[in-house]
Amino acid sequence: MPDPPAQPAAPKPAPRRAASAAKKVTRREFPFLAIGWGMFTAAMAAGLTAAGRFMFPNVLTEPPSTFTAGFPDDFAIGVVDTRFKERYQVWIVRDEEGIYALSTICTHLGCTPNWLEAEAKFKCPCHGSGFYATGINFEGPAPRPLERVGVSLAEDGQVLIDKSRLFKFEAGQWNDPASFLPLT
Amino acid sequence: MLNRILAPLSAAWKEATDSQVWTSIFRHGKPVSNRNRALVMMSNVFLHLHPVKSRKAGIKLRYTWCMGGITFFLFLVLTFTGLLLMFYYRPTVEYAYADIVDLQEHVPLGIMRELHRWGAHAMVITVWLHMLRVFMTGSYKPPREFNWGIGVVLLVLTLLLSFTGYLLPWDQLAIWAIAVGSNMARATPLLGTEGPLSASLTLGDISLINAGNDARFALLGARSVGQPTLLRFYVLHCVGLPLAAAFLMAVHFWRVRKDGGISGPM
Repeated sequence: MPDPPAQPAAPKPAPRRAASAAKKVTRREFPFLAIGWGMFTAAMAAGLTAAGRFMFPNVLTEPPSTFTAGFPDDFAIGVVDTRFKERYQVWIVRDEEGIYALSTICTHLGCTPNWLEAEAKFKCPCHGSGFYATGINFEGPAPRPLERVGVSLAEDGQVLIDKSRLFKFEAGQWNDPASFLPLT
Repeated sequence: MLNRILAPLSAAWKEATDSQVWTSIFRHGKPVSNRNRALVMMSNVFLHLHPVKSRKAGIKLRYTWCMGGITFFLFLVLTFTGLLLMFYYRPTVEYAYADIVDLQEHVPLGIMRELHRWGAHAMVITVWLHMLRVFMTGSYKPPREFNWGIGVVLLVLTLLLSFTGYLLPWDQLAIWAIAVGSNMARATPLLGTEGPLSASLTLGDISLINAGNDARFALLGARSVGQPTLLRFYVLHCVGLPLAAAFLMAVHFWRVRKDGGISGPM
Protein backbone atom coordinates (compact mmCIF):
# COMPACT_ATOMS: atom_id res chain seq x y z
CA MET A 1 0.00 0.00 0.00
CA PRO A 2 1.55 3.31 -1.02
CA ASP A 3 1.97 5.92 1.61
CA PRO A 4 -0.66 8.66 1.46
CA PRO A 5 0.71 11.92 0.05
CA ALA A 6 1.88 14.30 2.71
CA GLN A 7 -0.92 16.61 3.73
CA PRO A 8 -0.28 20.33 4.02
CA ALA A 9 -0.59 21.41 7.60
CA ALA A 10 -4.30 21.94 8.15
CA PRO A 11 -5.43 25.18 9.77
CA LYS A 12 -6.09 24.70 13.42
CA PRO A 13 -9.75 23.81 13.90
CA ALA A 14 -11.93 26.20 15.81
CA PRO A 15 -12.14 25.22 19.46
CA ARG A 16 -14.96 22.73 19.88
CA ARG A 17 -18.01 23.75 21.78
CA ALA A 18 -18.16 22.66 25.39
CA ALA A 19 -18.47 18.88 25.78
CA SER A 20 -22.06 17.71 25.40
CA ALA A 21 -22.21 16.55 28.98
CA ALA A 22 -21.62 20.07 30.21
CA LYS A 23 -23.78 21.71 27.56
CA LYS A 24 -26.98 23.18 28.90
CA VAL A 25 -30.23 22.96 26.97
CA THR A 26 -31.47 26.46 26.35
CA ARG A 27 -35.05 27.60 26.75
CA ARG A 28 -35.26 27.97 22.98
CA GLU A 29 -34.05 24.39 22.32
CA PHE A 30 -36.09 22.67 24.98
CA PRO A 31 -39.54 22.58 23.26
CA PHE A 32 -38.04 21.27 20.04
CA LEU A 33 -36.12 18.56 21.86
CA ALA A 34 -39.11 17.62 24.00
CA ILE A 35 -41.52 17.47 21.04
CA GLY A 36 -39.03 15.66 18.82
CA TRP A 37 -38.09 12.99 21.31
CA GLY A 38 -41.65 12.75 22.56
CA MET A 39 -42.92 12.05 19.05
CA PHE A 40 -40.13 9.53 18.44
CA THR A 41 -40.91 7.71 21.69
CA ALA A 42 -44.64 7.73 20.94
CA ALA A 43 -44.04 6.36 17.44
CA MET A 44 -41.82 3.56 18.74
CA ALA A 45 -44.34 2.69 21.47
CA ALA A 46 -47.21 2.69 18.96
CA GLY A 47 -45.24 0.47 16.58
CA LEU A 48 -44.36 -2.03 19.29
CA THR A 49 -47.94 -2.08 20.59
CA ALA A 50 -49.26 -2.64 17.08
CA ALA A 51 -46.80 -5.49 16.49
CA GLY A 52 -47.81 -7.08 19.80
CA ARG A 53 -51.51 -6.68 19.11
CA PHE A 54 -50.99 -8.20 15.67
CA MET A 55 -50.29 -11.56 17.34
CA PHE A 56 -53.85 -11.70 18.76
CA PRO A 57 -56.46 -12.13 16.00
CA ASN A 58 -59.96 -10.72 16.43
CA VAL A 59 -61.65 -13.91 15.28
CA LEU A 60 -60.78 -17.43 16.38
CA THR A 61 -61.98 -20.45 14.41
CA GLU A 62 -62.33 -22.41 17.63
CA PRO A 63 -65.61 -24.05 18.67
CA PRO A 64 -67.68 -22.11 21.24
CA SER A 65 -67.18 -22.91 24.92
CA THR A 66 -70.92 -23.52 25.34
CA PHE A 67 -72.78 -26.04 23.19
CA THR A 68 -75.79 -28.36 23.22
CA ALA A 69 -74.92 -32.04 23.01
CA GLY A 70 -78.28 -33.69 22.21
CA PHE A 71 -81.12 -34.96 24.40
CA PRO A 72 -80.52 -36.86 27.63
CA ASP A 73 -82.01 -39.99 26.09
CA ASP A 74 -79.18 -39.97 23.53
CA PHE A 75 -76.82 -40.98 26.32
CA ALA A 76 -76.94 -44.56 27.55
CA ILE A 77 -76.37 -45.32 31.22
CA GLY A 78 -72.83 -46.44 31.98
CA VAL A 79 -71.38 -45.28 28.66
CA VAL A 80 -68.55 -42.77 28.17
CA ASP A 81 -69.52 -40.68 25.14
CA THR A 82 -66.40 -39.73 23.15
CA ARG A 83 -68.19 -37.98 20.27
CA PHE A 84 -67.39 -34.50 21.61
CA LYS A 85 -63.74 -35.14 22.46
CA GLU A 86 -62.25 -34.07 19.13
CA ARG A 87 -64.20 -30.84 18.69
CA TYR A 88 -64.98 -29.70 22.24
CA GLN A 89 -62.43 -31.53 24.41
CA VAL A 90 -65.05 -33.04 26.75
CA TRP A 91 -66.34 -36.53 27.50
CA ILE A 92 -70.00 -36.80 28.46
CA VAL A 93 -70.82 -39.65 30.86
CA ARG A 94 -74.21 -40.85 32.06
CA ASP A 95 -74.48 -42.98 35.17
CA GLU A 96 -77.52 -44.17 37.16
CA GLU A 97 -78.05 -40.74 38.71
CA GLY A 98 -77.51 -38.44 35.76
CA ILE A 99 -75.04 -36.80 33.40
CA TYR A 100 -71.66 -35.17 33.99
CA ALA A 101 -68.99 -33.93 31.58
CA LEU A 102 -65.23 -34.35 32.01
CA SER A 103 -62.56 -32.08 30.59
CA THR A 104 -60.12 -34.07 28.39
CA ILE A 105 -57.07 -32.23 29.74
CA CYS A 106 -54.85 -34.54 31.80
CA THR A 107 -54.20 -33.07 35.24
CA HIS A 108 -50.53 -34.07 35.05
CA LEU A 109 -49.07 -31.99 32.22
CA GLY A 110 -51.99 -31.26 29.93
CA CYS A 111 -51.99 -34.03 27.30
CA THR A 112 -55.25 -35.66 26.16
CA PRO A 113 -55.95 -39.16 27.54
CA ASN A 114 -57.86 -41.83 25.58
CA TRP A 115 -60.93 -43.71 26.81
CA LEU A 116 -60.08 -47.43 26.79
CA GLU A 117 -63.43 -49.23 26.67
CA ALA A 118 -61.99 -52.72 27.40
CA GLU A 119 -60.20 -51.53 30.53
CA ALA A 120 -62.89 -49.01 31.49
CA LYS A 121 -60.42 -46.22 32.11
CA PHE A 122 -58.99 -43.01 30.68
CA LYS A 123 -55.30 -43.54 29.87
CA CYS A 124 -52.93 -40.70 29.05
CA PRO A 125 -50.44 -41.48 26.24
CA CYS A 126 -47.77 -39.09 27.55
CA HIS A 127 -46.89 -40.43 30.99
CA GLY A 128 -49.45 -43.15 31.69
CA SER A 129 -51.86 -41.46 34.08
CA GLY A 130 -55.10 -43.44 34.50
CA PHE A 131 -58.56 -42.21 35.51
CA TYR A 132 -61.82 -44.06 36.19
CA ALA A 133 -64.94 -43.11 34.25
CA THR A 134 -65.82 -40.84 37.15
CA GLY A 135 -62.65 -38.85 36.49
CA ILE A 136 -60.91 -40.03 39.69
CA ASN A 137 -57.18 -40.66 39.16
CA PHE A 138 -55.85 -44.06 40.24
CA GLU A 139 -52.51 -44.64 38.49
CA GLY A 140 -49.61 -42.76 36.99
CA PRO A 141 -48.30 -39.30 37.88
CA ALA A 142 -51.57 -37.32 37.70
CA PRO A 143 -51.91 -35.56 41.07
CA ARG A 144 -55.68 -35.01 41.03
CA PRO A 145 -58.87 -36.10 39.24
CA LEU A 146 -59.96 -34.79 35.86
CA GLU A 147 -61.93 -31.58 36.04
CA ARG A 148 -65.64 -31.55 35.31
CA VAL A 149 -67.31 -28.81 33.27
CA GLY A 150 -70.73 -27.19 33.65
CA VAL A 151 -73.72 -29.23 32.52
CA SER A 152 -77.42 -28.30 32.58
CA LEU A 153 -80.60 -28.58 30.51
CA ALA A 154 -81.18 -26.03 27.75
CA GLU A 155 -84.64 -24.57 27.17
CA ASP A 156 -85.34 -27.06 24.39
CA GLY A 157 -84.54 -29.98 26.68
CA GLN A 158 -81.06 -30.69 25.30
CA VAL A 159 -77.98 -31.22 27.41
CA LEU A 160 -76.11 -27.91 27.64
CA ILE A 161 -72.35 -28.06 28.22
CA ASP A 162 -70.54 -24.97 29.55
CA LYS A 163 -66.76 -25.37 29.31
CA SER A 164 -66.12 -21.96 30.81
CA ARG A 165 -67.08 -23.35 34.24
CA LEU A 166 -64.66 -25.87 35.77
CA PHE A 167 -65.30 -28.01 38.85
CA LYS A 168 -62.46 -29.58 40.83
CA PHE A 169 -63.08 -32.69 42.91
CA GLU A 170 -60.39 -31.84 45.46
CA ALA A 171 -62.06 -28.48 46.11
CA GLY A 172 -65.42 -30.19 46.79
CA GLN A 173 -66.87 -28.55 43.68
CA TRP A 174 -68.35 -31.77 42.27
CA ASN A 175 -71.19 -31.25 44.76
CA ASP A 176 -72.06 -28.02 42.93
CA PRO A 177 -75.45 -28.55 41.21
CA ALA A 178 -74.06 -26.88 38.07
CA SER A 179 -71.52 -29.70 37.67
CA PHE A 180 -74.12 -32.47 37.45
CA LEU A 181 -77.40 -33.00 35.65
CA PRO A 182 -79.59 -35.33 37.73
CA LEU A 183 -81.89 -37.60 35.72
CA THR A 184 -84.35 -40.06 37.12
CA MET B 1 12.58 -30.29 -16.56
CA LEU B 2 10.68 -29.37 -13.42
CA ASN B 3 11.61 -25.75 -13.92
CA ARG B 4 10.10 -25.84 -17.39
CA ILE B 5 6.69 -26.63 -15.85
CA LEU B 6 6.97 -24.37 -12.83
CA ALA B 7 8.27 -21.25 -14.55
CA PRO B 8 5.12 -20.56 -16.61
CA LEU B 9 2.92 -21.38 -13.61
CA SER B 10 4.87 -18.97 -11.50
CA ALA B 11 4.59 -16.32 -14.22
CA ALA B 12 0.84 -16.88 -14.49
CA TRP B 13 0.50 -16.57 -10.72
CA LYS B 14 2.45 -13.34 -10.75
CA GLU B 15 0.29 -11.99 -13.56
CA ALA B 16 -2.87 -12.92 -11.64
CA THR B 17 -1.75 -11.35 -8.38
CA ASP B 18 -0.63 -8.19 -10.17
CA SER B 19 -3.94 -7.82 -11.98
CA GLN B 20 -6.39 -5.08 -11.12
CA VAL B 21 -9.00 -7.66 -10.02
CA TRP B 22 -6.64 -9.20 -7.47
CA THR B 23 -5.22 -5.96 -6.13
CA SER B 24 -8.69 -4.44 -5.80
CA ILE B 25 -9.71 -7.35 -3.54
CA PHE B 26 -6.49 -7.83 -1.54
CA ARG B 27 -5.06 -4.45 -0.69
CA HIS B 28 -1.99 -5.68 1.13
CA GLY B 29 1.07 -7.79 0.39
CA LYS B 30 1.64 -11.38 1.41
CA PRO B 31 1.26 -12.00 5.16
CA VAL B 32 4.97 -12.40 5.72
CA SER B 33 5.46 -9.34 7.94
CA ASN B 34 3.68 -8.48 11.16
CA ARG B 35 2.24 -5.40 9.47
CA ASN B 36 0.74 -7.41 6.60
CA ARG B 37 -0.55 -10.10 8.94
CA ALA B 38 -2.42 -7.42 10.84
CA LEU B 39 -3.75 -5.98 7.58
CA VAL B 40 -5.07 -9.43 6.60
CA MET B 41 -7.22 -9.47 9.73
CA MET B 42 -8.31 -5.85 9.56
CA SER B 43 -9.19 -5.55 5.87
CA ASN B 44 -11.47 -8.61 5.72
CA VAL B 45 -15.07 -8.21 6.83
CA PHE B 46 -15.18 -11.75 8.26
CA LEU B 47 -11.76 -11.81 9.87
CA HIS B 48 -11.87 -8.29 11.29
CA LEU B 49 -14.06 -9.54 14.14
CA HIS B 50 -11.10 -11.55 15.35
CA PRO B 51 -8.27 -10.16 17.38
CA VAL B 52 -5.27 -9.12 15.31
CA LYS B 53 -3.02 -10.88 17.78
CA SER B 54 -3.70 -13.70 20.20
CA ARG B 55 -1.49 -15.12 22.91
CA LYS B 56 -0.32 -18.57 21.89
CA ALA B 57 -1.35 -20.09 25.21
CA GLY B 58 -4.83 -18.65 24.88
CA ILE B 59 -5.69 -20.49 21.67
CA LYS B 60 -4.35 -23.90 22.65
CA LEU B 61 -6.93 -26.55 21.83
CA ARG B 62 -6.42 -27.99 25.30
CA TYR B 63 -7.47 -24.63 26.65
CA THR B 64 -10.42 -23.63 24.43
CA TRP B 65 -11.69 -27.04 23.23
CA CYS B 66 -12.64 -24.96 20.14
CA MET B 67 -16.18 -25.28 21.52
CA GLY B 68 -17.34 -21.80 20.50
CA GLY B 69 -15.98 -22.41 17.01
CA ILE B 70 -17.65 -25.82 16.78
CA THR B 71 -20.92 -24.28 17.94
CA PHE B 72 -20.68 -21.62 15.23
CA PHE B 73 -19.80 -24.27 12.66
CA LEU B 74 -22.88 -26.28 13.68
CA PHE B 75 -25.01 -23.13 13.39
CA LEU B 76 -23.79 -22.72 9.81
CA VAL B 77 -24.48 -26.41 9.07
CA LEU B 78 -27.99 -26.08 10.53
CA THR B 79 -28.66 -22.91 8.53
CA PHE B 80 -27.61 -24.63 5.31
CA THR B 81 -29.40 -27.95 5.87
CA GLY B 82 -32.45 -26.09 7.19
CA LEU B 83 -32.54 -24.00 4.04
CA LEU B 84 -32.51 -27.18 1.96
CA LEU B 85 -35.33 -28.70 4.02
CA MET B 86 -37.43 -25.58 3.44
CA PHE B 87 -37.60 -26.43 -0.28
CA TYR B 88 -39.77 -29.46 0.54
CA TYR B 89 -41.47 -28.85 3.89
CA ARG B 90 -44.90 -27.21 4.10
CA PRO B 91 -45.94 -26.05 7.58
CA THR B 92 -49.57 -27.15 7.47
CA VAL B 93 -51.39 -29.75 9.51
CA GLU B 94 -52.32 -31.51 6.30
CA TYR B 95 -48.83 -31.79 4.77
CA ALA B 96 -46.20 -31.37 7.49
CA TYR B 97 -45.81 -34.99 8.56
CA ALA B 98 -46.11 -36.34 5.02
CA ASP B 99 -43.44 -33.91 3.82
CA ILE B 100 -41.07 -35.08 6.53
CA VAL B 101 -41.60 -38.70 5.47
CA ASP B 102 -41.13 -37.69 1.83
CA LEU B 103 -37.89 -35.94 2.75
CA GLN B 104 -36.55 -39.27 3.96
CA GLU B 105 -38.11 -41.55 1.34
CA HIS B 106 -38.48 -39.61 -1.90
CA VAL B 107 -35.67 -37.05 -1.88
CA PRO B 108 -32.05 -37.83 -2.76
CA LEU B 109 -29.83 -37.58 0.32
CA GLY B 110 -32.74 -38.21 2.65
CA ILE B 111 -30.14 -38.01 5.38
CA MET B 112 -30.47 -34.20 5.18
CA ARG B 113 -33.22 -34.23 7.77
CA GLU B 114 -31.08 -36.38 10.06
CA LEU B 115 -28.13 -34.02 9.63
CA HIS B 116 -30.35 -31.14 10.71
CA ARG B 117 -31.73 -33.05 13.68
CA TRP B 118 -28.43 -34.46 14.95
CA GLY B 119 -26.70 -31.17 14.28
CA ALA B 120 -29.27 -29.48 16.48
CA HIS B 121 -28.72 -31.97 19.30
CA ALA B 122 -24.96 -31.53 18.93
CA MET B 123 -25.24 -27.74 19.02
CA VAL B 124 -27.08 -27.81 22.34
CA ILE B 125 -24.32 -30.02 23.75
CA THR B 126 -21.47 -27.87 22.40
CA VAL B 127 -23.09 -24.69 23.73
CA TRP B 128 -23.12 -26.21 27.21
CA LEU B 129 -19.53 -27.43 26.87
CA HIS B 130 -18.48 -23.97 25.64
CA MET B 131 -20.07 -22.39 28.71
CA LEU B 132 -18.42 -24.99 30.94
CA ARG B 133 -15.03 -24.18 29.42
CA VAL B 134 -15.57 -20.43 29.77
CA PHE B 135 -16.61 -20.93 33.37
CA MET B 136 -13.76 -23.26 34.29
CA THR B 137 -11.12 -20.96 32.77
CA GLY B 138 -12.61 -17.91 34.46
CA SER B 139 -13.08 -16.25 31.08
CA TYR B 140 -16.42 -14.77 32.19
CA LYS B 141 -14.74 -12.41 34.66
CA PRO B 142 -14.43 -8.65 34.08
CA PRO B 143 -14.06 -7.18 31.52
CA ARG B 144 -15.89 -10.05 29.83
CA GLU B 145 -19.04 -10.17 31.98
CA PHE B 146 -21.15 -8.41 29.33
CA ASN B 147 -20.17 -11.03 26.76
CA TRP B 148 -21.11 -13.79 29.21
CA GLY B 149 -24.55 -12.16 29.38
CA ILE B 150 -24.81 -12.14 25.58
CA GLY B 151 -23.81 -15.81 25.67
CA VAL B 152 -26.60 -16.64 28.11
CA VAL B 153 -29.14 -15.06 25.74
CA LEU B 154 -27.62 -17.09 22.89
CA LEU B 155 -28.05 -20.22 25.01
CA VAL B 156 -31.74 -19.41 25.46
CA LEU B 157 -32.10 -18.78 21.71
CA THR B 158 -30.46 -22.15 21.01
CA LEU B 159 -32.92 -23.89 23.32
CA LEU B 160 -35.86 -22.00 21.78
CA LEU B 161 -34.68 -23.03 18.30
CA SER B 162 -34.66 -26.65 19.50
CA PHE B 163 -38.12 -26.24 21.05
CA THR B 164 -39.69 -24.67 17.95
CA GLY B 165 -38.00 -27.15 15.61
CA TYR B 166 -39.30 -30.05 17.68
CA LEU B 167 -42.91 -29.31 16.66
CA LEU B 168 -42.33 -29.16 12.90
CA PRO B 169 -42.44 -32.95 12.13
CA TRP B 170 -46.01 -32.83 13.52
CA ASP B 171 -45.94 -36.36 14.87
CA GLN B 172 -47.40 -37.51 18.20
CA LEU B 173 -44.15 -36.85 20.04
CA ALA B 174 -44.00 -33.29 18.68
CA ILE B 175 -47.61 -32.35 19.41
CA TRP B 176 -47.61 -33.64 22.98
CA ALA B 177 -44.19 -32.23 23.74
CA ILE B 178 -45.33 -28.75 22.72
CA ALA B 179 -48.67 -29.22 24.51
CA VAL B 180 -46.78 -29.98 27.71
CA GLY B 181 -43.97 -27.46 27.17
CA SER B 182 -46.21 -24.54 26.29
CA ASN B 183 -48.24 -25.15 29.45
CA MET B 184 -45.32 -23.58 31.29
CA ALA B 185 -46.22 -20.26 29.67
CA ARG B 186 -49.47 -20.33 31.68
CA ALA B 187 -47.36 -19.63 34.76
CA THR B 188 -45.77 -16.44 33.34
CA PRO B 189 -45.95 -13.63 35.91
CA LEU B 190 -48.64 -11.06 34.96
CA LEU B 191 -49.03 -12.38 31.40
CA GLY B 192 -50.05 -16.02 32.03
CA THR B 193 -53.55 -16.97 33.16
CA GLU B 194 -52.26 -19.05 36.06
CA GLY B 195 -49.16 -16.99 36.78
CA PRO B 196 -48.53 -14.84 39.83
CA LEU B 197 -50.12 -11.37 39.82
CA SER B 198 -52.12 -11.96 36.63
CA ALA B 199 -55.32 -12.25 38.71
CA SER B 200 -54.73 -8.68 39.88
CA LEU B 201 -55.05 -7.35 36.32
CA THR B 202 -58.77 -6.71 36.21
CA LEU B 203 -61.14 -4.09 34.83
CA GLY B 204 -63.99 -4.05 37.31
CA ASP B 205 -65.19 -7.65 37.40
CA ILE B 206 -63.54 -8.64 34.14
CA SER B 207 -60.20 -10.44 34.28
CA LEU B 208 -57.90 -8.94 31.65
CA ILE B 209 -55.72 -12.04 31.31
CA ASN B 210 -57.47 -15.20 30.14
CA ALA B 211 -56.70 -18.28 28.05
CA GLY B 212 -57.58 -16.29 24.92
CA ASN B 213 -54.99 -13.54 25.34
CA ASP B 214 -52.20 -14.69 27.66
CA ALA B 215 -48.56 -15.49 26.96
CA ARG B 216 -49.37 -19.08 25.99
CA PHE B 217 -51.90 -17.85 23.45
CA ALA B 218 -49.31 -15.55 21.88
CA LEU B 219 -47.03 -18.57 21.53
CA LEU B 220 -49.65 -20.99 20.18
CA GLY B 221 -51.90 -18.60 18.26
CA ALA B 222 -54.76 -20.60 19.72
CA ARG B 223 -55.97 -22.07 23.00
CA SER B 224 -54.49 -25.46 22.13
CA VAL B 225 -51.78 -26.76 19.79
CA GLY B 226 -53.07 -26.57 16.21
CA GLN B 227 -52.50 -25.11 12.74
CA PRO B 228 -51.78 -21.57 14.03
CA THR B 229 -49.16 -23.06 16.38
CA LEU B 230 -47.41 -24.94 13.60
CA LEU B 231 -47.20 -21.77 11.49
CA ARG B 232 -45.98 -19.57 14.34
CA PHE B 233 -43.30 -22.07 15.36
CA TYR B 234 -42.24 -22.45 11.73
CA VAL B 235 -41.78 -18.70 11.25
CA LEU B 236 -39.95 -18.35 14.56
CA HIS B 237 -37.76 -21.37 13.80
CA CYS B 238 -36.80 -20.40 10.24
CA VAL B 239 -36.67 -16.61 10.43
CA GLY B 240 -37.14 -14.91 13.79
CA LEU B 241 -34.87 -16.87 16.10
CA PRO B 242 -32.00 -17.46 13.59
CA LEU B 243 -31.90 -13.73 12.80
CA ALA B 244 -31.79 -12.85 16.48
CA ALA B 245 -29.07 -15.46 17.05
CA ALA B 246 -26.99 -14.25 14.10
CA PHE B 247 -27.25 -10.65 15.30
CA LEU B 248 -26.15 -11.56 18.83
CA MET B 249 -23.40 -13.83 17.54
CA ALA B 250 -21.90 -10.86 15.67
CA VAL B 251 -21.94 -8.89 18.93
CA HIS B 252 -20.53 -11.91 20.80
CA PHE B 253 -17.56 -12.38 18.44
CA TRP B 254 -16.89 -8.64 18.28
CA ARG B 255 -16.79 -8.42 22.05
CA VAL B 256 -14.35 -11.34 22.25
CA ARG B 257 -11.91 -9.11 20.40
CA LYS B 258 -12.76 -5.92 22.23
CA ASP B 259 -12.56 -7.53 25.67
CA GLY B 260 -9.02 -8.75 25.28
CA GLY B 261 -8.84 -11.73 22.98
CA ILE B 262 -10.09 -15.25 22.76
CA SER B 263 -9.67 -16.41 26.35
CA GLY B 264 -7.41 -16.66 29.30
CA PRO B 265 -7.19 -14.78 32.55
CA MET B 266 -6.71 -11.06 32.23
